Amino acid sequence: MIESALTGLWYGFGVAFEPHNLVFCFIGVLVGNMVGVLPGMGPLATISILLPLTFGMKPVGAILMLGGVMYGAQYGGAICSILLNLPCHPPHAVTCLDGFPMTKQGRGGVALGLTVFASFVGASWGITEMIFLSPLLVKAALQFGPAEVCSLMLLGLLAGSTLARGSPIKGVAMTVVGLFLGSVGTDLETGSERYTFGMTELDDGIELIALALGLFGIAEFMNSVNQVAPINTKYTNVSIKDMRPTKADMKRAFFPMWRGTIVGSLCALIPGTGPTIASFVAYATEKKISKHPEKFGTGLIEGVVCPEASTHSSVQGDFIPTMSLGIPGDAVMALLLGALMIQGIVPGPQLISQHPDIFWGLVASFWIGNIMLVLLNVPLIGIWVKMLAIPYRFLYPSAMFFVCIGVYAANNDFFQVGEVAVIGLFGYILLRLGFHPAPILLGFVLGPRFEENFRRAMLISRGDILVFVERPISAVFVALCAILIGSQIYFRLRGAKADLESAAENAMGSEVSTELATQRVQTTPAE
Amino acid sequence: MRLSTSLRELIGKRDFYAGGLMLLLGLGIALKGSTYRAGTLMHMGPGFLPTALGILLVLLGIAIAAASLAPDGADEHGGNQSLLPEHPQWWAWFCILMSPVAFIFFGRYFGMLPGTFACVFIAALGDKTATWKGTIILASVVTVFGVALFSYFLQVPMPILTFRGEL
Repeated sequence: MIESALTGLWYGFGVAFEPHNLVFCFIGVLVGNMVGVLPGMGPLATISILLPLTFGMKPVGAILMLGGVMYGAQYGGAICSILLNLPCHPPHAVTCLDGFPMTKQGRGGVALGLTVFASFVGASWGITEMIFLSPLLVKAALQFGPAEVCSLMLLGLLAGSTLARGSPIKGVAMTVVGLFLGSVGTDLETGSERYTFGMTELDDGIELIALALGLFGIAEFMNSVNQVAPINTKYTNVSIKDMRPTKADMKRAFFPMWRGTIVGSLCALIPGTGPTIASFVAYATEKKISKHPEKFGTGLIEGVVCPEASTHSSVQGDFIPTMSLGIPGDAVMALLLGALMIQGIVPGPQLISQHPDIFWGLVASFWIGNIMLVLLNVPLIGIWVKMLAIPYRFLYPSAMFFVCIGVYAANNDFFQVGEVAVIGLFGYILLRLGFHPAPILLGFVLGPRFEENFRRAMLISRGDILVFVERPISAVFVALCAILIGSQIYFRLRGAKADLESAAENAMGSEVSTELATQRVQTTPAE
Repeated sequence: MRLSTSLRELIGKRDFYAGGLMLLLGLGIALKGSTYRAGTLMHMGPGFLPTALGILLVLLGIAIAAASLAPDGADEHGGNQSLLPEHPQWWAWFCILMSPVAFIFFGRYFGMLPGTFACVFIAALGDKTATWKGTIILASVVTVFGVALFSYFLQVPMPILTFRGEL
């Protein structure tokens, strides 16, 4: 088992070191890193903007690049949090708590340097986990029939919607909306049209890119326009020399870093708990076991490296269910899976054996990409810091152009550009009503496969719905679903906040929520 | 009596509308879905799953709205229940939504160059510190780079400049 994994890895390095793949990986991490630094642009919007550019590429290059954007953005987000106290991306919100005080004490460079190092450690652990766990998962998953796949998807969808941000019931509602949107277009089995309202452009279904860019591009721009405060660049003078940590710092950071890594990798194994929850839990744990918990929030290096290591270990670990089972844990993973599907690759347990170049190439490129990021971040930190000063009024109109042309380029069709505007408006209304639109994407990507497997399972069982609890593996998944729902209801009735994230938030007191509240400083009205 | 006074409070609750929207959406999906063939469990028709999803969404909508009516009303938005943000940006929202529309119109009839310019120009007008000069400069810069990247480098099949008057 281990031997075959190592052979696979060796092969993967061969794929990833091919010159063009190396270039795509580099472009991916560079763009991801850059965008991660920019306030107001998330990895979701970036990946969807870059998605149309990958249509002409080979699947391996495309997925290496898009994956690179994703973990590259995680490195960038930390810079924003530490130097500006701006949690641009949710996983880095906790890093602000101790990162920014360190910056104020003039130790921002050290915090950044150690963050880069901790991130690399976390990521390496996550990748190792992926190498050895994925083949095991695949071995089990190959035994799955349609009923098992179906209940596993159900579990993934439920976990993704209830454990993520916000109210669980609203999350489930969003997943259902996503599943519905996935059913728009021609029904694959009968060939009849559904919810197209006579528009032939909708026959192929709603365009994934239009959905992603509408929800995470346009809706986000509408949310942030004229609301983003000018950035305080007072503390952003950091040179390479400042980044070198002292021996004492290294010693203090060493164990928190490993603890964060372990927490992150455990969180990655639970479907639906992405990097955000991992970083919150890691910070709370670190604070709990610390000898001087009262000092957290005043600029402790432990409070910076622990959540960052955890974030990265979780980000890499999230690829495990996505690549080995074809069940994405969150919206970013759903988008990457969607990118693979556009390339004509069927996700699922057969992916590793049918497309070893994609799987092992991706794993190997993670390592190459992470090393590139460490090398990039150290000398380029000055440039990233300058990019922070790009005002939002330049950023969002340029991004609007990328949204429009990207959606157009997907099919060379103006209809999709109209589609993205409509979805953007709908997404903004949802945001205003307190919904988090990320589960929509999850439901949308899994929807058609869920329906297909559901139908097949029903056909095999001759219409007996009990098949889901009669087959043992499927019954386990269904039981887990029931436990998930039951625990949510139980916590709700007891009045306790149910989701992990807010539990972690409570553990830390209200510091984070106030930090987050100050994230968007309201500018004065026009008059 | 008490109901009528509390009813007025409740209508201001955002979760009430959130649930209402889901309910309406679900109703629409289910009604439209029921016009498709549902089939049997063994041989499911195209209408089966969407109709089921619609009904599920109606139930979830009712649950969301009902939770907002609960007396202790678990308030996850920190008391901010208003539907509009503190400073509504109608003009900016309008500009952002018009930007793709302008891209469609100018792109279809005049080509990529005018389409890009109009798209960026209109979106940029939404910022309240925007000036004519700054907006024009921004739109021009993005147009030059955008057309170079997408037309020459990535070969997106869209004429740079054209005129299709009759279409």
